[in-house]
Amino acid sequence: MDTAALETQLGDVDVSRWWNAERCHRALVDGEITAEQWTRLALTWAQEDELGTFLFLDAEGALAQATQLDRQRAGGETLGPLAGMTLALKDNICTLGATTSCGSRILEGYLPPFDATVVERLRRAGAVIVGKTNMDEFAMGSSNENSAYGNVHNPWNRDRAPGGSSGGSAVATAAGMVSCSLGSDTGGSVRQPGAFCGVTAVKPTYGRVSRYGLVAFASSLDQIGPFARSARDAANVLQVIAGDDPRDATCSSRPVDDYVGACGQPVKGMRVGLLRTGDGDEPGVKVAMGNAVAALKELGCDVVDVELPHAKYGVSVYYLVATAEASSNLARFDGMRYGLRVTGEDLTDTYNSTRARGFGPEVQRRIMLGTYALSAGYYDAYYMKAQKVRTLMAQDFEKAFVDCDVVLSPTSPTTAFKLGERTRDPLSMYLADVYTLPASLAGLPAVSVPCGFDDEGLPVGMQMVAPAFEESRLFTLAHAYEQVTEWNQRHPDVASAGKTTAGKASAGKATAGKATAGKGGAA
Amino acid sequence: MSIAYEPTIGLEVHAQLNTCTKLFCRCSTDYGAPPNDNICPTCLGLPGALPSPNRQAVELAIRAGRALHCTIRGKSVFARKNYFYPDLPKGYQISQFELPLCEDGHVDIEVGGETRRIRIQRIHMEEDAAKNIHGAGQTGTTWVDYNRACTPLIEIVTHPDLRNADETEAYLKKLREILMFTQVNDGNLEEGSFRCDANVSIKPVGREELGTRAELKNINSFKFVKKAIDFEIVRQEALISGGGTVVQETRGWSEGDGKTFSMRTKEEAHDYRYFPDPDLPPLVVTEDQVARVESELPELPEAKRARWQTELGLTEYDAVVLTGHPVLATYLEDTVAALQAELNGDLKKVGKKVANFLQGEVLQHVKTDGLHGEVPVPPGGLAELLVLVENATINGKIAKDVVVEMIETGRGAKAIVEKRGLAQVTDTGAIQSEIDAIVAAHPKEVEAYRCGKENLIGFFVGQVMKATKGKANPKVVNELLRASLKG
Repeated sequence: MDTAALETQLGDVDVSRWWNAERCHRALVDGEITAEQWTRLALTWAQEDELGTFLFLDAEGALAQATQLDRQRAGGETLGPLAGMTLALKDNICTLGATTSCGSRILEGYLPPFDATVVERLRRAGAVIVGKTNMDEFAMGSSNENSAYGNVHNPWNRDRAPGGSSGGSAVATAAGMVSCSLGSDTGGSVRQPGAFCGVTAVKPTYGRVSRYGLVAFASSLDQIGPFARSARDAANVLQVIAGDDPRDATCSSRPVDDYVGACGQPVKGMRVGLLRTGDGDEPGVKVAMGNAVAALKELGCDVVDVELPHAKYGVSVYYLVATAEASSNLARFDGMRYGLRVTGEDLTDTYNSTRARGFGPEVQRRIMLGTYALSAGYYDAYYMKAQKVRTLMAQDFEKAFVDCDVVLSPTSPTTAFKLGERTRDPLSMYLADVYTLPASLAGLPAVSVPCGFDDEGLPVGMQMVAPAFEESRLFTLAHAYEQVTEWNQRHPDVASAGKTTAGKASAGKATAGKATAGKGGAA
Repeated sequence: MSIAYEPTIGLEVHAQLNTCTKLFCRCSTDYGAPPNDNICPTCLGLPGALPSPNRQAVELAIRAGRALHCTIRGKSVFARKNYFYPDLPKGYQISQFELPLCEDGHVDIEVGGETRRIRIQRIHMEEDAAKNIHGAGQTGTTWVDYNRACTPLIEIVTHPDLRNADETEAYLKKLREILMFTQVNDGNLEEGSFRCDANVSIKPVGREELGTRAELKNINSFKFVKKAIDFEIVRQEALISGGGTVVQETRGWSEGDGKTFSMRTKEEAHDYRYFPDPDLPPLVVTEDQVARVESELPELPEAKRARWQTELGLTEYDAVVLTGHPVLATYLEDTVAALQAELNGDLKKVGKKVANFLQGEVLQHVKTDGLHGEVPVPPGGLAELLVLVENATINGKIAKDVVVEMIETGRGAKAIVEKRGLAQVTDTGAIQSEIDAIVAAHPKEVEAYRCGKENLIGFFVGQVMKATKGKANPKVVNELLRASLKG
């Protein structure tokens, strides 16, 4: 079915790519639109994308799921809580029947024989999985420039990076191709691209969401989290994917709180601990944060200053722990059972050739760093010591949470930087994660919420961190903040960012009133 | 002047835990399935798959630990041992390194009348690797069968307390026996579920410091272990006496050459880069769990042997033979209990009767395969037969035939005896008439007997039994014969 035919079908329905998941679910339940029509629109938007967002579109699987939903509705069945939600998955989340490459040559065309636990749960809840999104290879990067399959462009400014490593997923939601998406956050890989692209992005408590089926980067840090255009949509997704899983021994058996219900709870008297930060923040970020603090005060929050004395070691600790685990996690990509194999003269040569050809430079760099950190004679000085500092960082948060309920900081010291700007200087790239790393290393839940724009029209995100398993607190605060600020309702001008938009469901129509393309918006 | 050397030996035994499923997934551990049948994303190390520990395996490891007098650690840690090989699907093996589940145990062995305590340093849990099959069907090609990947093992590591091949063999046999009786391991050396590596070094007699060791790997029979150790001791002595030094290396055993050979030197050894597996939280075992496992420990073979000798009247030899397999030991005890329930006699006599009959007539028909074993007559059935002997319905010789028929037909002893009319003839009249005929037919032998060749009584008994088709009560025959022969 082409766009014109869809237009005819949809008639006068005022459908928009900016519909949030709640609006879309209502439209489906009320019969305003069918799941199939909505899915076809999403597929069209994704197909017309010029930002490099998707690595794989699963039109067949998505439409099959959609028609099943329509049958269920026609048959009077109760629809799942995510019915009608179009969703994109980061390409390191295993999907039965859809390639899972992790943005790497070594897994080009790899088809997993199973669905990740989160995918099973999403499907059961009625979500329509549209496709797999571009990412930094094996989730290693902060700009999405480490993908073996090309860059992803920031929808607010095509010369800018979308952030990483879940850049594709952030863009898919930010540019209105899907209602929500999933990324994985190891040191900030959901929050930072969320901030760069102006969407709400959640990194749950370590152990809150099953990692079964998430291709591991650093097992003690990785968590799957949602991107959405509202806190409530993100809460809806987390509600479905969170919870115990016997297939992941690190997954918590703690009952899952009512995240959706948490949106709308009062925030008056909530104590917000403002993290004292250095001079590294860009002026635009500082201004936006100042306004955000004022807004939170207006909401009745008490803002206090907090410190995380060991946070300054975050980058060092992270790049020891994460690389050490990665060096072991990525050992399985040896060309023996699946993925790329470059046959060499003997076994060792085959290993070396396969991995040299299959892995990109950043992945190779991290494998070497991690291998070194775990080597005999260095283990105590590096890996063990890093784990000890990690404990100190967790204790920093414990102390901070005596005086506050959430810790507030920018998500990133900068807004989206230019593509190519930092690729030659890995350390400067690593520093982009300075605010997100402490919560990762302490295993705490955190959210990045859009909180303004800089002079160049690029989104700024603020990060809120809560004690373990207190995601509800984050949803309550993020939702309340959204009600008084509307930053999350601004959308990039996809009409000029992309080639075109889907006919009747014109982005122009939806964005005419609200969207504010940044100064450098459409390059 | 030549220096005297003494060997020091430490053992690492890998024993497969007797579970239905693998250590970190729910695949079957069945041996002999078609290649790559028992596999899943986890044991194949597919991207995204994660391990989740098998509780039964942990339980069995604790059982082994307690049976070997180890301390069980409340919090032990799974660690990754990193190296590349096609039989290792994840590029690392999940094992335990710094904090193993069990520590500080021992096994007492007896060699040449001397009892020695062999200290166990640690027992840790780990997953097995897959199996590489080289060159099958095509030279230069290696096939990998992942059925074995991720099957649960314990590695039992001793201190270097063993001094020679005999002690090593005694330790291995004792260890295997304990693991089999506790149902921890099936003791199957051929299928590789009980494997042994031996660290062998020599040092001048009396010196504290150990010599450089060679690690003898993957030797799959007790006989080969003994031979390999003996060879290695001689090799190292010759090397040192000749002014050379022993190189730290891994050596294999070639049965064809009767020699050990170098597989890998220390320089080629891997740096395994052990670190705690972030996919698995520390393994927590409560004191209650350890206490429960311990209370459920079955009687160990050594205790059985001692008890059988005092309570059941068995000789040490009987006891050793009948603790040769857990199924056999259980069978003996069940049969004794069943027979005693019928006879209510002297337990020592009852025990001895069962032990004798079992060894003489049944043992040859017992088939065992790993922990499985089949005695073709149920304990109650054997007791029924022995009751018939005890109350003189049949004699011992007939009993031997009856048990064969029981095995062949599966029918009960009483039914066979009745159907075939095998009950003993105790009618003195009938027996006397046979005796009269035999005495009359053998005047020479009668004469010789009366002149003092009293051992001819055996000849006469034989004749009577032949005439009565073995059914005559031997006691009655004896009495009547003696009376008749007196003349």
